[in-house]
Amino acid sequence: MPPKDGDGYVTRTRSDKAGLWVRGGPRLEHIDIELTERCNNDCLHCYINRPAGDAKARDREMSAARIGGILAEAASLGCLSVRFTGGEPLLREDFEEIYLAARKLGLKAAVFTNATLVSPRLADLLARVPPLEPLEVTLYGMTRETYETLSRAPGSFDAAMAGIGVLRERKVLFTVKGAFLPSGGGDLAAFEKWAKVLPGMDRPPSVSVFYVLHARGDQAKNRKITRARPDPERGADIQMRNAGEYVRGLKAFLTRYSGRRDDRLFTCGAGVASCAVDAYGILQPCLLVRHPETVYDLGAGSLKDALEGFFPAVRRRKAAHPRYLETCARCPLRGFCEQCPGKAWMESGTLDTPAAYFCEAAHVQARRLGLLAAGERAWEAADWEARVGEFTEAGALERLKSLDTARKGG
Amino acid sequence: MTDRTGLDRIFKPSEEIVAREIEGELIIVPLTAGIGDIEDELFTFNASGRAIWKGLDGRKPLKAIIGELAAQFEGDPEEIEEDVLGLVEELVKRRIVVEVV
Repeated sequence: MPPKDGDGYVTRTRSDKAGLWVRGGPRLEHIDIELTERCNNDCLHCYINRPAGDAKARDREMSAARIGGILAEAASLGCLSVRFTGGEPLLREDFEEIYLAARKLGLKAAVFTNATLVSPRLADLLARVPPLEPLEVTLYGMTRETYETLSRAPGSFDAAMAGIGVLRERKVLFTVKGAFLPSGGGDLAAFEKWAKVLPGMDRPPSVSVFYVLHARGDQAKNRKITRARPDPERGADIQMRNAGEYVRGLKAFLTRYSGRRDDRLFTCGAGVASCAVDAYGILQPCLLVRHPETVYDLGAGSLKDALEGFFPAVRRRKAAHPRYLETCARCPLRGFCEQCPGKAWMESGTLDTPAAYFCEAAHVQARRLGLLAAGERAWEAADWEARVGEFTEAGALERLKSLDTARKGG
Repeated sequence: MTDRTGLDRIFKPSEEIVAREIEGELIIVPLTAGIGDIEDELFTFNASGRAIWKGLDGRKPLKAIIGELAAQFEGDPEEIEEDVLGLVEELVKRRIVVEVV
């Protein structure tokens, strides 16, 4: 009889923690599935939403059976978690069928939702067959006026609050995150205070700040998103609003993640052990990167083939844009900067055009932390490693506080 | 006469869980509420647990499982019996297996 390890035979493990795998992880660990691009909100800042009643989009969406097939293949590759997103995934009339298919395959099933369509029936199902991941609910304001200024859907604030109420009644675990207009400063404080007492919230809520442009390159929508997103200074105000939280662990983060880039496009894990499927069955390395040369038609292939053949080739691609090679490829602000192939595609339609907005947002934060001087560009800082070596969280906190005091005084 | 409280009992995986084998690990994913104490908890087995789990297939009584394990591992049958009963008790408590009646 093999020896017992310790006291028991069964070990309870949180699957997001290291230690679940003795021999290294499975071929596919996580998959995102966009169930629809349609949404019942019409958010100013959103990169993906089509109208809820868009019949053409609905007719093109994958059937529940096809999604079930993708989930089954994902499970056969060892995948443990799926995230259903959209658009608004609960717009799908067959959402329950899809959700149960995932859970019966032994997948954890996260759901991104605005909560407006959470019915008592759905909440009962989620309570009985829990997703094993908290639902993630996005809020767009803490009053009817601010919420619906962004969501542009009359009645959506009340519907969201009702949905959240039903989740709370049924004790379905959920977390909240925020997306606010730059002017919604008061809302942000109210949101954080409200979020703090929710049972699923063991850390402050995340707040979207630097919105990306529209996934389909809709120029009219892009103008709206550009107007909705804060300028880099205001974005940094939001990003760094809780100075203590912001700097906690920053030294280790800088030491580990900042540093010179090179001409590789993909420095993240997209397409390695995770991937995303759009509403029509097109596989992407992640939810954002939809460039035609980086996506794979699952209707004509398989997840396994994409993960073993197609994505490794995509990930070997190198940047060619001269400005990228001059700047991003030499820039140490990795981790601060939102530039990546997915966002570059959203911003410019290429994989490697540097996005000035994200660049400036990263520089503002680095300047406030004292890592860069005014007017200095990070790729010109020859002594970056020494700067990180001298960086202290206490010093940065002091600096942020004095900047804040000066700003308020000014 | 069958002893329904002892080694003639037969157990099978509960319909409230999904048992998955991934990268050589046996992983029990809760399907219904109340199996994990927290929402993202999965269960894995150690080597002894995995060996016993394989026998809990809804067909074999515990004594057959114990016999097979004793032959396979050349262990002390009494110790194996204690191990099997210990694990089954733990799994029943967690609703991971149910008795076939």
